[in-house]
Amino acid sequence: MNALILTLLIPLLSSVAMAIMGQKKTAGYLNIILSLAQFIATLFMTSVVFKQGHIGVSNGQFYIDSFNVYLIALTALVGLTTSFFSRPYMEQERQNGRLSSARMRLYHASYQGFLFTMQLALSTNNLGILWVALEGATLATVLLVSLYRTPEAIEAAWKYFIICGVGIAQALFGTVLIYFAAAQVIPDPEQALLIRVLVEHAAGLHPVIMTIAFVFLLVGYGTKVGLVPMHTWLPDAHSEGPTPMSAVLSGLLLNVALYALVRVKILTDGALANNLSGHDPHLAGYLMMGFGLLSFTVAGYMLHRQRDIKRLFSYSSIEHMGLMTFAFGLGVPLATFGALLHMTVHSLTKSSIFITVGHASHIAQTQKIDNIRGLIATQPSVGWGLLIGTAAIAGFPPFGVFTSEFLLLSATMQTHPWLTIPLLIGLAVAFAGLFRHLQPMVYGEKPAEQTGVQANMWPVIIQLALVLWLGLSIPDFLAQWFDQATQLITGSGLL
Amino acid sequence: MLTQLPIYQQAILTLSAMILFTSFALLAQSRVVSIIHAFAWQGAMVALTTALVAYDTGLHHLYISAFLTLALKALFIPWLLHRLVRQLGLLRELHTVEHPVMTMMIATSLVIFCYYVAQPIEQFSETITRNTIAISMSVILLGMLMLISRNKAVSQVVGFMSLENGLFFAAISATHGMPMVVELGIAFDVLIAAVIFGVFFFHIRDSFDSLDVSQLHRLSESDE
Repeated sequence: MNALILTLLIPLLSSVAMAIMGQKKTAGYLNIILSLAQFIATLFMTSVVFKQGHIGVSNGQFYIDSFNVYLIALTALVGLTTSFFSRPYMEQERQNGRLSSARMRLYHASYQGFLFTMQLALSTNNLGILWVALEGATLATVLLVSLYRTPEAIEAAWKYFIICGVGIAQALFGTVLIYFAAAQVIPDPEQALLIRVLVEHAAGLHPVIMTIAFVFLLVGYGTKVGLVPMHTWLPDAHSEGPTPMSAVLSGLLLNVALYALVRVKILTDGALANNLSGHDPHLAGYLMMGFGLLSFTVAGYMLHRQRDIKRLFSYSSIEHMGLMTFAFGLGVPLATFGALLHMTVHSLTKSSIFITVGHASHIAQTQKIDNIRGLIATQPSVGWGLLIGTAAIAGFPPFGVFTSEFLLLSATMQTHPWLTIPLLIGLAVAFAGLFRHLQPMVYGEKPAEQTGVQANMWPVIIQLALVLWLGLSIPDFLAQWFDQATQLITGSGLL
Repeated sequence: MLTQLPIYQQAILTLSAMILFTSFALLAQSRVVSIIHAFAWQGAMVALTTALVAYDTGLHHLYISAFLTLALKALFIPWLLHRLVRQLGLLRELHTVEHPVMTMMIATSLVIFCYYVAQPIEQFSETITRNTIAISMSVILLGMLMLISRNKAVSQVVGFMSLENGLFFAAISATHGMPMVVELGIAFDVLIAAVIFGVFFFHIRDSFDSLDVSQLHRLSESDE
């Protein structure tokens, strides 16, 4: 329990510390140190979970099991690597005169505050706190989206605020409905929103109310996941905000929103399982499959139309989140195992891509794809980083994304063979969409006066190496956690 | 049948009807100040209903929720909005309602739809719960309608906050509130959201010279 308190307390205190001294020149270094402290605390907590199997009691406010433990570690890792990237990048932005000291303070405080809301959302055992934390994540990042104060940034932030605010309001209504259904079977009202307690009583929850609640929660949290058609905030927020924020939004926020959705799906499946209501027991799964496939397909085609490099990769995030939602919707152990792996590798790959994109846009001094040319000729590390990162995200073997997508395709082939056709077409379309833009950017002719920038590629190298490792062999303890999480979600394991 | 209900429940029903009425008033008002006042009245009535439910059911923690609602939704947020509007010099501005008849028709059909959804759920068989649930859903949907139909930032924020009122009212009427820790969290989020909205008014005004959000259309997928 101490380990858990540390994981939550460090980012909370860091956020306060940054609100006081985030404007200093050394704040970037402090941000790294605080993120490192947080990462070490998370590792400590992970080792405790590894020994004990879980932290917390079923009727407590916090509970760590195999489903959220690796997401917590992942969040701290991406938070740490992005903080390494953030220091020189934001320093450069300040020297370019795009940011004042006060805004640097806002940036650093929001960065740590955002990490706190992510860890809170992941570690809580209470559906209500989960909602509060996800809304808190919107509030922590909305002022980051508008950080540059350009008209476009203000517009993106306003859209982000209103769309996610309304979306998350639907999720609150869904949570109220779950509480209402739970109040009929769980005597103590203080425990009626605790996830572990709800899972035990899932079979007794009223199926009609749970169905309505799930629809509201799907729309609500689906807005944050970036599911089509509620995705419109996502490319705007990613393209107009500072690049380190795009990295953590894509790498962390989308994952955590999907995590919340899957937690609710477990309850809905439990309530519908005995089929008293005449509803299809896989209703929740079918809904997720539908939204997932739609997002996957639409985003794949949208990749072709992009002119801004950050918008391009944010559509790629929508595509991958759609794929994961689809896989969780399938509901068979193989697909769920694949989706859990995909959450990990996508978040590692996508945050490293955004880091490289940040360097690339500094080299070309623009985010317009048409004006970014000859990256390999200008600065090989950035050019190759972007090329390898994109190859990894497009699903080339031997990277981890290939492994997880292969698992998903096999699972689809076993359960819904005809659905592999749109999946394969979608993957090919997305592949073409990424590479038609990437080819000229990395190989094209280098503009005469273009010079390299100071770039620290270690975060990218470490993350892509991890993705490669996960593609070649999944470490035993991680496979065990994935398997236990699969058991939690689908009722039966794989290993 | 309604007259056989205890007096407190009758009062709760009357108040919920008045909450619904303020939602319609919000939709139809065109003066900024009146919109803010109508919103404050809605918050006050939600708080009063919560206090009545607390008295009726004997759940004392609901008094805290009632107090929080009164402080946030009826006093602080309207005061903040009023102050911002005065600072921005928009006190006398008119936010014209486009297609007022159409909006009212849609609003009415939304209310009917909510009653249609709430009717068949057998757990709501008590007359009072069925009515309050339908009304809270209506307030949520009317808040969304206001968000869609208005194009001024201030009205949109009021629509958003009124939507929150509807959610809170739903929690009170369906489940007698949420666990205390969750309610405190939600109140904290609403508070921060209100402050950030205030910050945004100035950003939008500085960038666009007005609070007309229909000017926010630079980011789109259309090819230039």
